[in-house]
Amino acid sequence: MGLDLIFRIVLIVIIFAISLVVAMYSTYAERKIAAFFQDRIGPNRAGPWGLLQPLADGGKMFLKEEIIPTNATPFLFIVGPSLAILTACIGSAVIPWGQKMVIGGHTVDLQVTDINVGVLYIFGVVSLGVYGVMIGGWASNNKYSLLGAIRAASQNISYEISMGLSIIALLMLTGTLSLKEIAEQQHGWNWNVLHQPLGFLIFIVCAFAETNRTPFDLPECETELVGGYHTEYSSMKLGFYLFAEYINMFISSAVMATLYWGGYNYPGMDWVLAHTGPAIGPLIGTVVLFAKIFLFIFFFMWVRWTIPRFRYDQLMDLGWKILIPLAIGNIVLTGVVSTVLKHFGF
Amino acid sequence: MSTFYFIAFLSIFFSILVISAKNPVHSILYLILTFFTFTVHYILLNAQFLAIVNFIVYMGAILVLFLYTLMLINLNKESEPVKPFMIKIAGVFGGGILAVAIASSLKLLAKSNPVVLQNPNLGLVKNLGKVLFNEFLLPFEVSSVLLLSAMVGAVLLATKDPKTA
Repeated sequence: MGLDLIFRIVLIVIIFAISLVVAMYSTYAERKIAAFFQDRIGPNRAGPWGLLQPLADGGKMFLKEEIIPTNATPFLFIVGPSLAILTACIGSAVIPWGQKMVIGGHTVDLQVTDINVGVLYIFGVVSLGVYGVMIGGWASNNKYSLLGAIRAASQNISYEISMGLSIIALLMLTGTLSLKEIAEQQHGWNWNVLHQPLGFLIFIVCAFAETNRTPFDLPECETELVGGYHTEYSSMKLGFYLFAEYINMFISSAVMATLYWGGYNYPGMDWVLAHTGPAIGPLIGTVVLFAKIFLFIFFFMWVRWTIPRFRYDQLMDLGWKILIPLAIGNIVLTGVVSTVLKHFGF
Repeated sequence: MSTFYFIAFLSIFFSILVISAKNPVHSILYLILTFFTFTVHYILLNAQFLAIVNFIVYMGAILVLFLYTLMLINLNKESEPVKPFMIKIAGVFGGGILAVAIASSLKLLAKSNPVVLQNPNLGLVKNLGKVLFNEFLLPFEVSSVLLLSAMVGAVLLATKDPKTA
């Protein structure tokens, strides 16, 4: 039991470190990818190929002057970014990072905790994420910040509904809320995206909206709102907001990979597991999962530098008039098709 | 047991802060903390589904909308309506009567028999779903019709009147 606890704590520390490093280098990747899309070079001064740029940026954020506006509510002004980064980090607790590993006779679960309402936990953390933006925007006592915060709230609430409905269709097929069991069901090639293509499409659109990524980044629309909810923020508190966005992107990529794209599963995994042994084999699955996650992060960036921002009414129309009916239709379709297939004995 | 008392203390503490906070936005933030302590209560009772739904629906959606509405209202001191002295007197009088009523009903309070839970795993999603869709199917469906009618009513209130528009 004691050893189990130690393994778990080590796993938590490792996942936390990986989240931060991935988020840090996502900022670098974003700038490099943007540069590639716009036929520029991008950051190339700090270190070889500009690889030390995120460290330089972080150092700058820490060393800048800390400003709390005179008319702001000081406590809530600090709570805002803290809450944003906290909710971004706790989502990773239920994601299964790999199969069971056996090291020297000890079985190690590559998942921090397997609660049997894992999908709902992720959903709860996502719905809590908006408080960081709202509290920060309100506490700044600035009209632009407030408008940004209000936009964030209405956008999150609207897209959470379609996200939940798209997950319901998936749960009708898996029959479980535990992310571990959902990952195990997709063994080998049996990925959920093959059964739920429309559900995945709705989910990924909502994931873009929930992480406030372009084309849904209206809360920080600089042509209308100066800087949006973080107009008044400076130094590391601004850094926390920006960092939380990248961690959210990492976590939502991991969730999408686990729910729809097979998680750590890949074709021929049994053969690989048999030839590499139970200590190394699961790690290859973890590498595969991370490859999927990085592909999703690249997709997030690809979309950001390709598609312009929506107008606010277009955003609401898409959420309420297209995605929700589509998600409900998907639920009905899933129910009918799975019943008919069961009836004919598939 | 001591966890329960600690969480119960927090629930009551934050609830008192909700009604005593001067700023309505602070009051909503305390309400969020109160609901969070309720979530912890549900987890202590092993009602996982209720806990997470309370978390998602109350903390994640309803209170966000509360906060949203309050942020849009002008909460400056100048815009606050001035209450006449008589209304304050009437408020104190009404509150006093309520306190007397609560105190007298507490005096008559008898300890009921504790409810013994037959199945401690009732709160898990699978069991709860089976109970809801077998034993309580009709009330469950009727309550969904109730929600639908509320939704239709809200949409009707929000649509513009074609004559005035």
